[in-house]
Amino acid sequence: MEADKAEAKAAQLGEEEVQGKETVKIYIMGKEYRVPAGLTIMKAMEYAGYRFIRGSGCRAGFCGACATIYRLEGDYKLYTALACQTSVIDGMYLAQLPFVPANKAIYDVNKVRAEGNVLMVYYPEIARCVSCNTCTKACPQEIEVMDAIQAAVKGDIVSVAELTFECIQCGLCAVRCPAEIPQYHVFQLARRLYGKYILKPAKHVEERLKEIKSGKFNEEMEKLMRTSREELRKMYESLERVED
Amino acid sequence: MSSLKMIEGYPEYMRKSIELVERTRPRRMREVYRRLSLEEREELLRKYHPDYKPGTKRPLRIGPNRGDEAPHELADLLEAHPLVKPIDVDLSKIDIDTDLLIIGGGGAGLVAALWANQEGLPPDRITIVTKLRLGDSNSVMSQGGVQAADRPPDSPVRHFLDVMGGGHFANKPELVKALTMDAPLMIKWLEELGLMFDKDEEGNMVEDWGGGTSIRRMHACKDYTGMEIVRVLRDEVRNREINVVEFTSAVELIKDDLGHVAGAVLVNMESEQYMVARAKATILATGGYGRLHIQGFPTTNHYGATADGLVLAYHVGARLTDIETAQYHPTGAAYPEQIVGLLITEKVRGLGAQVVNKHGEQFVFPLEPRDVEASAFIRECWERNNGVITPTGMRGVWLDSPMIEIIRGEGTIQRRLPAMYRMYKRFGIDMAKDPILVFPTLHYQNGGVAINDRGQTDIPGLFAAGEVEGGVHGKNRLMGNSILDYLVFGRRAGINAARYVKKANLGRLTLNHVDEYEKMLREAGIETDRKAPMILPDYRGKEVLARKIDIFK
Repeated sequence: MEADKAEAKAAQLGEEEVQGKETVKIYIMGKEYRVPAGLTIMKAMEYAGYRFIRGSGCRAGFCGACATIYRLEGDYKLYTALACQTSVIDGMYLAQLPFVPANKAIYDVNKVRAEGNVLMVYYPEIARCVSCNTCTKACPQEIEVMDAIQAAVKGDIVSVAELTFECIQCGLCAVRCPAEIPQYHVFQLARRLYGKYILKPAKHVEERLKEIKSGKFNEEMEKLMRTSREELRKMYESLERVED
Repeated sequence: MSSLKMIEGYPEYMRKSIELVERTRPRRMREVYRRLSLEEREELLRKYHPDYKPGTKRPLRIGPNRGDEAPHELADLLEAHPLVKPIDVDLSKIDIDTDLLIIGGGGAGLVAALWANQEGLPPDRITIVTKLRLGDSNSVMSQGGVQAADRPPDSPVRHFLDVMGGGHFANKPELVKALTMDAPLMIKWLEELGLMFDKDEEGNMVEDWGGGTSIRRMHACKDYTGMEIVRVLRDEVRNREINVVEFTSAVELIKDDLGHVAGAVLVNMESEQYMVARAKATILATGGYGRLHIQGFPTTNHYGATADGLVLAYHVGARLTDIETAQYHPTGAAYPEQIVGLLITEKVRGLGAQVVNKHGEQFVFPLEPRDVEASAFIRECWERNNGVITPTGMRGVWLDSPMIEIIRGEGTIQRRLPAMYRMYKRFGIDMAKDPILVFPTLHYQNGGVAINDRGQTDIPGLFAAGEVEGGVHGKNRLMGNSILDYLVFGRRAGINAARYVKKANLGRLTLNHVDEYEKMLREAGIETDRKAPMILPDYRGKEVLARKIDIFK
């Protein structure tokens, strides 16, 4: 079995040691480099000698710091990607986009209400959407960005919030938008309104806060502060798991 | 690698093991693996947990924790020369004069800023400084959820016992009391900020299991919990127009001649120009040390998790606690290579996936506390040789994710674990159909700067919140308590720092403590070229570095 032949190593820091000999050609901002096949764009750039100050954040697809625009040799289209979540392809022309200068509205979430045309009030530019769908094609999270903007135009906060929950705010939609809409900021406002005013508040949290305020747990808690480690161990071991 | 025949994301030889997992699945669906007793847990940890591996730690030779053990990688930084030479810094010219300086722009920093503001500090008297972008942190990457005992029959008392048991009773009880008693308040606060919690139609929280919890109390926003919290907090910080200085790293704390911490020396990451920030109070919210790759482990952590806060605190004489223990998350991705070490949320097990070896058999209860669970994986792979070996030589065990779809209905994974599903899909694997391969990965700094229940360190004027502080989790943190930690202690540090500011009077600024640190190094006979803090790891290719000529210096 091939696995038996594989060298047993617990952890790998330097990918180059474990990669095969196969390489691909990439262009980092127009300059050609040969890098091992199978690396992510981010690791390939590091392999080539780049040390990121910008453009590297969580390195796991959650923060949107590594927005990247690329083209492939022989193709005219511009593609988008997260550098940490995309493998290099032979003939990739890469440009990092570590910052997007999009406008964010300032608002007081306690005063804004989830009604009517609130999204349009704070972001009137959404009316400029021409439904070209470029934003949707640009989204590395596969969000239906244009549909969400159209829902925003209609004042449908629920749809905007639900459609855009997985937005990591990388800004690729905004830079590709011919109407200069800062989609990801519009979505943030919609989601907060949804979370605050449309989702029902949890009554049990309210109840529990009253109990805590009334001092219901104080006595037991104070007793725990004076309980020895040995005694705590016993209490822990006898704690029944509350099964469903 | 390229010669391997691939079938739907896996090499053919790994498919043979997957067939065994599928074959045993119907039988396993009815099996519950026995949970270990405390004694059995302790034995497993002693034999297999990386913390107990000989030769991986050493006693510190200087500072308030002299004699205490620390992993070599951390000890190297604490026993390094300070990056800043006092002679190079002109403290008479103040570039940023603020009441409250918050170092770090992750969960703890954002929460502290908002509560300091709530407590009466105007937004223009608060400054958040971060070496990356506002929000870039481990906080944004936490997936599974946040614990809070917010409905019967659960109670803060039960939560307290779970935390203490998970931490091997080494936790500071007063910190655990704060953590568990404040938890429902923090959930309410997030709700009021507009967080999209997973709820039922009546508004009740959907709550799930976490490893080492005795009841379901994990609140989540699908598997983007941290991302949703951080983007809401960040939006709120911007709405309140609190000062934020991005791409600027704190490289040394400044003291005054009365011994208070009084701000920090900052460096612009791009121009490398330094700035002097004077502050009446300073909160360390710098996160943990995953990027030190303790014992060579891969990590789930973000790019900036380099222990800077521990180094800065140690330079001014703040005591650290429980720094000898690291958390290895049991389920880091072990395959494919592009995502090795990245976090696979514990929620996968919380929703019903079992852990099985290459023969398709269970070998551990899926929701033991993290250190116990990780140790069982290591034993299975390296002692019993029951792991699957990947094409790059890693070993791992299967997380039988398709079970979730069988137990909770088709589509559950896409609905409840969209981030996980997406990540695997990007690399050609459908985790709703096939199991995924996992192995422990460096995840969390259990200990850190010692604080009291007001978030104060031993040094006046210096507060700490979030992963950088220690004592809350003892020797091992439970799932869902890291978000809770930065919420509870971010709030407490923010409020208490704002109160402290009102009474604080600063003396003359000084970096004498840096000279004293150098003296300690000399007297301990430590000879080294190393400098600290590290600020960012260096992943540049070795071939490039070997031929590098520094033309600008």
